[in-house]
Amino acid sequence: MVKITVDGKVLEVDESKNLLEEILSQGEDLPYFCWHPSMGSVGSCRQCAVIEYANDEDERGRLNMACMTAPREGARYSIEKAAKFRAQAIESIMINHPHDCPVCEEGGECHLQDMTVMSGHNYRRYDGKKKTHTNQYLGPFIGHEMNRCITCYRCVRFYKDYAGGTDFGPQASHDNTYFGRWQEGPLESEFSGNLAEVCPTGVFTDKPFSKHYVRKWDLQTAPSLCAGCSVGCNTNPGERYGTLRRVVNRFNDEVNGYFLCDRGRFGTGYVNSDERITVSMTRSAHDAAPHLASTDEARSQLQAMAANSIGIGSPRASLEANFALRELVGAENFYAGISTNELAMSRQILDIYRSRPVNIANIKDIEASDAVLILGEDVTNTAARLALALRQSVRNLGKKMARDMKFPEWQDAAIRQLTMDRKSPLYILSAHATRLDDIAARVKIGTAANSARLGFAIAHEIDSSAPAVNGLSADEKELVTTIASALKEASQPLIISGTGAMSQALIAAAANIATALNGADKKANLALVSAEANSMGLALLMESSDNSLDQAMASNAKAAIVLENDLYRRAPASSVDSFINGLDQLAVLDSLKTRTGEQANLVLAAGTFAETSGTFVNYEVRAQHYYSVFKPVDTIRSSAFWLSDKKLSELTQGCADSISGGAGIATLTPGEGFSVSGMKVPRQQHRYSGRTAMRANINVHEPKQEQDEEGILTYSMEGVSALKDATVFNTAWAGGWNSNQSVFKFQSHTGAALKQATKGHCLVENSVSEKTWSEVTDAEKVTGDFEVFPLYHLFGSEELTANTEAIKAKATSAYIAINEADASKLGLQASDGVSVEHNGAVPYIIRSSIAPGTVGIPVGLKGLNFRDLPAAISLQKATDWATPSEWHAANIIVSDKTSVNAENGGEA
Amino acid sequence: MNNLIASTAIKARQLTEEEIHEIEHEKTHYPYTQAVGLEALKIVQKYQGWVSDESLLAVSEYLDIAPDELEGVATFFNMIFRRPVGKNVILLCDSVACWMLGCDNLKEHISNTLGVDYGETTKDGLFTLIPVPCLGACDKAPVMMVGRETYTHLSTNKIDQIIAHIRDESPVELDN
Ligand code: SF4
Ligand code: SF4
Ligand code: FES
Ligand code: FES
Repeated sequence: MVKITVDGKVLEVDESKNLLEEILSQGEDLPYFCWHPSMGSVGSCRQCAVIEYANDEDERGRLNMACMTAPREGARYSIEKAAKFRAQAIESIMINHPHDCPVCEEGGECHLQDMTVMSGHNYRRYDGKKKTHTNQYLGPFIGHEMNRCITCYRCVRFYKDYAGGTDFGPQASHDNTYFGRWQEGPLESEFSGNLAEVCPTGVFTDKPFSKHYVRKWDLQTAPSLCAGCSVGCNTNPGERYGTLRRVVNRFNDEVNGYFLCDRGRFGTGYVNSDERITVSMTRSAHDAAPHLASTDEARSQLQAMAANSIGIGSPRASLEANFALRELVGAENFYAGISTNELAMSRQILDIYRSRPVNIANIKDIEASDAVLILGEDVTNTAARLALALRQSVRNLGKKMARDMKFPEWQDAAIRQLTMDRKSPLYILSAHATRLDDIAARVKIGTAANSARLGFAIAHEIDSSAPAVNGLSADEKELVTTIASALKEASQPLIISGTGAMSQALIAAAANIATALNGADKKANLALVSAEANSMGLALLMESSDNSLDQAMASNAKAAIVLENDLYRRAPASSVDSFINGLDQLAVLDSLKTRTGEQANLVLAAGTFAETSGTFVNYEVRAQHYYSVFKPVDTIRSSAFWLSDKKLSELTQGCADSISGGAGIATLTPGEGFSVSGMKVPRQQHRYSGRTAMRANINVHEPKQEQDEEGILTYSMEGVSALKDATVFNTAWAGGWNSNQSVFKFQSHTGAALKQATKGHCLVENSVSEKTWSEVTDAEKVTGDFEVFPLYHLFGSEELTANTEAIKAKATSAYIAINEADASKLGLQASDGVSVEHNGAVPYIIRSSIAPGTVGIPVGLKGLNFRDLPAAISLQKATDWATPSEWHAANIIVSDKTSVNAENGGEA
Repeated sequence: MNNLIASTAIKARQLTEEEIHEIEHEKTHYPYTQAVGLEALKIVQKYQGWVSDESLLAVSEYLDIAPDELEGVATFFNMIFRRPVGKNVILLCDSVACWMLGCDNLKEHISNTLGVDYGETTKDGLFTLIPVPCLGACDKAPVMMVGRETYTHLSTNKIDQIIAHIRDESPVELDN
């Protein structure tokens, strides 16, 4: 820390940070554009100018960019004295900027508006002709209005430098500077949506939001979570007129920082979809005519059948809903709703986190890791936000080089120049090329069983007390020693694996490596990706039970209550069919219509994440609370409501009490008594418009505000929104700072944790020091022509988000991926389809990375159910084949050499 | 993380042997192939007169540089032509010294003589007119370049002569 004087005020600041972030951290206002807390400084916009004085006598000083200045002990600075320069700088930036705030979607939450006002450039003097540009079509997610650009370069620095995208960039120079693609077309990066938040103006906008746009202040918002995968990114979704309009990032330094992936940002349109179940229905038998069930009727029917029912839970339903179902049917009748293997894997992860001397890695840990091994998890498609963090981890070598040369970490461009393409080591063992291969030191293709074998060998190489593997080839030995020594040498190694490859051996191998790395003064980082938003929550409820879906289906039950789960996505269709046929009564609680729901004789309309509150437990076993954003129509209720008479908070408490180490679950909200200035926190901003008019076409009387069952937030404008207090952070807004940039006002230090808000609660407190090992398991011999491995699609593999229009536009129907030699062995011509043993025919693509004799099958895409397939299958050229209408090969974003026939749906 | 299922209809053209030879030679000068991008574009332009989309893709594939990256380079430098140009590119200086000594009139004159505005090419494909900021010969202003030749102390008369000369001798061999 050093002492500096800013306009006469003495401040104590961190000299390793730049002056801009230090000034902001002190609560002062200093305008900026190009600097970003996660991306560092480049000094390009000239907006953060301050005067720096050489010594006490110096009265003139010199102009410096605060973001490019390291605070010096005893130095004097002035923000005020540079005000004129900043006003001129913004005036020149604004010369070509259109006067279109009223029709610009950034308006009202625009950093450029805020900074212009703050800099005091109130009237335009330039009346010449403005430079205009042509906009591009950038795909279904992002709109483009180049005329609004102020050439701050943040977009490129995010898209290319930070997120590793290659299909976007700056073009031309001076007045012609342009940010776009070299040819129009959909942006390929899985993180493109962040452009809408990173760009300080309205150049890049959220396109699905544009279709039903409202101003930020007209949105009803709440602190929520992304339900898209097991990362559990924190979000602020916004609603108006009963429809969910958009999702923006909510800062949580340990889970998602400033960024979301595109599944999370653009994947919630299903909440508004026609496929929603909006009323509860009942019928006396499978083939009887259904009729509407009132709330009371539906609830009492469910209660009536509960006594003789089994309950099937779900990894996509809240902890409370699963718990309520378990209470309702009794623990012995409660089944996990996932296959035996999947349940075993989630429990295995819990066990590893609890019993091994490892550090469970959050994104900060991942970003700080200086050697990484990824074991069989396609992170970009199964836990995308982590892939973005991994891209930062390989920069640690460069940061170290910078430290050694004594220049600060925030010098972004300089460090990139210094580093060139040197990277900290990252190794990938996978069945196919992945989207992180470009930053990998080595990629080894192999089946999960083989990757596990190598993983066990690496563990043994690091610590010889770990079980050994026999029969490695010379090449394999070389790889094993290379990876082992890189991990050993690293000061913070990280092992990533997960349930994606569906292999317990792989997870065990990852655990052994992380254990082996444990040393006197270091613990390895370990991140085990789980399958869904609440997979770990479900595992916590199943800790002393082996009840899987397979067992439920073998239970001879006559009645079943299925919670937010389409069993046809979880098990072979034939087994589900016979299970359902054997039931006398089937109740399904869900938000969307499913094949399982269609066969039920009682369907209960359940709310989505946006309409309900609850707890999800993420891949780190971090419990996080999400608040309902809005009240749905009265016939839609939360699953927890349908299943239990208890209040949500009582159910949460019940979870906390019954889960071992679960006490933290009950601490995730400030509780019913919480108030700001004696009032509850309103979901609607004080500027929320049209409240008395918005329903006037129905009734001129304003209805009573909806009641909130949790009693923390209200569905109204009344009350004091938490402007200086982020305990319940429902929108980022501070005086003079209308955009998301205002978040620094709530942080303990610019870029660091929020002052009050909970980061969630990690339910595993690991203080293990003793090493234990998993045994090397011999791979089961797989018989069949082609060994099957799963492929994941960020857009399409997740059940709920796949029902969103924007996601559909980026998805495709099912296909198989094989190697070229195998394709020609099968005699496949360009436009052929492939018959998959007993499962109809699908298109195919050739991928150079895929090993001969193996076939990649996407999980969750329409047209082929992964769970219907055995471990190995035979393939044949399809006869009588027509390309499915939802086949869009161009939406398959991969990084190995791939070919697909144009007629085979290769349109853009 | 370049996506390899290309969604663009544009196909790379085959680089010629000479182009490949020269690019390979350039590669020996740099530790990273990325650094050769600009030189490769210049080589392609030398042989093709300009850099078409097909050429840009060809260089992109040959050097394994994303087309977006190359496009950034190609459009940053105003002497890389991303549109076809005439056989003779007239670079007329419109910077301060030349402006004080009447380059505006000269521009008028050239435009009237050739029937082209800035950025345009004559119908016969002989001339393209482009403005440049300062050719570094301010003491001899007004100045323009045609091909690799610099013409100083320009007047409308002199310009007529140059144009006539180039037309007569056409194609003027400009040793590029
Ligand atoms: S498009 Fe936006 S982020 Fe990119 S340079 Fe322009 S103003 Fe900055
Ligand atoms: S990484 Fe997962 S949790 Fe985060 S935004 Fe994407 S889908 Fe949602
Ligand atoms: S924020 Fe400092 S120059 Fe842009
Ligand atoms: S101003 Fe024309 S050559 Fe310098």
